[in-house]
Amino acid sequence: MRYMLVFHYGEASDESIGAEAISAGMRAMASYAATLEQAGILVSGQVLQPSTSSTTLTLVDGEPRIQDGPFADTKEQLGGVIVIDVPDLDAALEWARQAPPLSWGTVEIRPGAVHIEGGTWVASA
Amino acid sequence: MGRVGVTGETVARVAERTARASYGRLVALLAAPAGDLQLAEDTLAHAFEQALTTWPRDGVPDNPESWLLTVARNRQRDLWKSAAHRRNRSLEAATDLGADVVESLHDLDPDRIPDRRLALLFVCAHPAIAAGVRTPLMLQAVLGFDAAQIARAFAVPAGAMSQRLVRAKRRIRDAKIPFVVPGRQAMPERLPSVLEAVYGCYALAFSERGEGASVAGEARYLAVTIARLLGDEPEAWALAALLTLASARATTSGDGYLPLEDQDPDEWDRRLIAEGESYLRRAERPGRAPGRFQLEAAIQAVHCDRARSGATDWDTLCTLYTALVAIAPSLGSRVARAAVVGRTRSPETGLSLLDALPVERERFQPYHAARGDLLARLGRHQDAVAAYARASTLSTDPAVRTFLERRAEELSR
Repeated sequence: MRYMLVFHYGEASDESIGAEAISAGMRAMASYAATLEQAGILVSGQVLQPSTSSTTLTLVDGEPRIQDGPFADTKEQLGGVIVIDVPDLDAALEWARQAPPLSWGTVEIRPGAVHIEGGTWVASA
Repeated sequence: MGRVGVTGETVARVAERTARASYGRLVALLAAPAGDLQLAEDTLAHAFEQALTTWPRDGVPDNPESWLLTVARNRQRDLWKSAAHRRNRSLEAATDLGADVVESLHDLDPDRIPDRRLALLFVCAHPAIAAGVRTPLMLQAVLGFDAAQIARAFAVPAGAMSQRLVRAKRRIRDAKIPFVVPGRQAMPERLPSVLEAVYGCYALAFSERGEGASVAGEARYLAVTIARLLGDEPEAWALAALLTLASARATTSGDGYLPLEDQDPDEWDRRLIAEGESYLRRAERPGRAPGRFQLEAAIQAVHCDRARSGATDWDTLCTLYTALVAIAPSLGSRVARAAVVGRTRSPETGLSLLDALPVERERFQPYHAARGDLLARLGRHQDAVAAYARASTLSTDPAVRTFLERRAEELSR
């Protein structure tokens, strides 16, 4: 069963929390990735640029409208995701508990429905 | 297979007995492979329907439980194999898994059908399931109550309750909450929510008198089952003791409400008292601090002991409540402690404990009832009447309301 660990957190910068905290976070993420890889459950991972660099596309009266900024204007933003393949929710929770972003935000555990393999959608269970 | 021809009435009774004893066991077995509670309940309901039509004709099978399991399993397989399901790979894999689990059960001695109810209970009380729906889910999935009965007991519209249950079951299947009993390491974190939900089943009995008696009986049965299945969990035995001792006294009051101290101990069920006390002994762990349910059961045991000694040991009650408030400082336990202190020390001391409670006390019926009692003991009848009147307006139970109004009336004379 595939689960996506979705990280939400207030966006930090060198100026707001300091370069040292940022690099400590990156070190923690590096070792987390290595641990998931070693356990043989890592499917993929993606940490995102700050939401200020985001561009949102919506249809207005059938016409695409390009907008500066993220879809939702909230304090906590989508910061990154990791997809893991584990037997059940308890296993996913156990890995989510060890995710470094838990120290600076929230971790949402969402079961996958389908994903692409070789150009076709297949069940993620 | 030797079959006995029986009348329709007897068949109905066998089906009912089997349902009571086996419902949760069968649902747990059928739901575990794919985590699909709804499908398990539907196929089992179908199997019971079949039983009611074929048993009167062909006789009750030697092993009704395995008969029901087989019929339900076959139905489940048919559904899994149907076109709608075949498209989904996950369910196909689950079919094989399900077949593995149940195939080996065919024609087995019912005592050897594996009991997966514990795993099912841990699913119902999983931290990923909203706390408010855990008890209703247990009532339905493990004990077989229907959504309408549960809705009445929770004073919620039937449609809303059934929607909540459906959502929770979908969540169990889609998020894949595992049907497992947690290991030793996770047990301390997971067991309290299971016991809490079972306790919730029992507490319902007090809020709803109509459905209450059957819910209370089933909750006690569930608590004892859990304690037996876990074997060595002190708090599980303590909950079994608590519900058994409370049930021993519940048989007395009839239609009306009688406070504990006005009850006649001769009407209490001695057999249940002895049974509850034996469970409480199994919960004892010398040298280890007692848990919340152990303290609550011990409090019940002290009250029940009046049947033997003829008097209530208020000092021991005071000690137990002080310990309970220290580890579980709920409004209920703090009010109860204040009432007991009001007895053992002085009404003034009890009242000062009540005065120290947070503002939520204002909407808490037992607070006003306890206050009324202590004020009456001080001879402040007018204040006591006001407190009882307030308690009465907050009470949802007509029998309790009648009792409180009568107390107020007696004091106004």
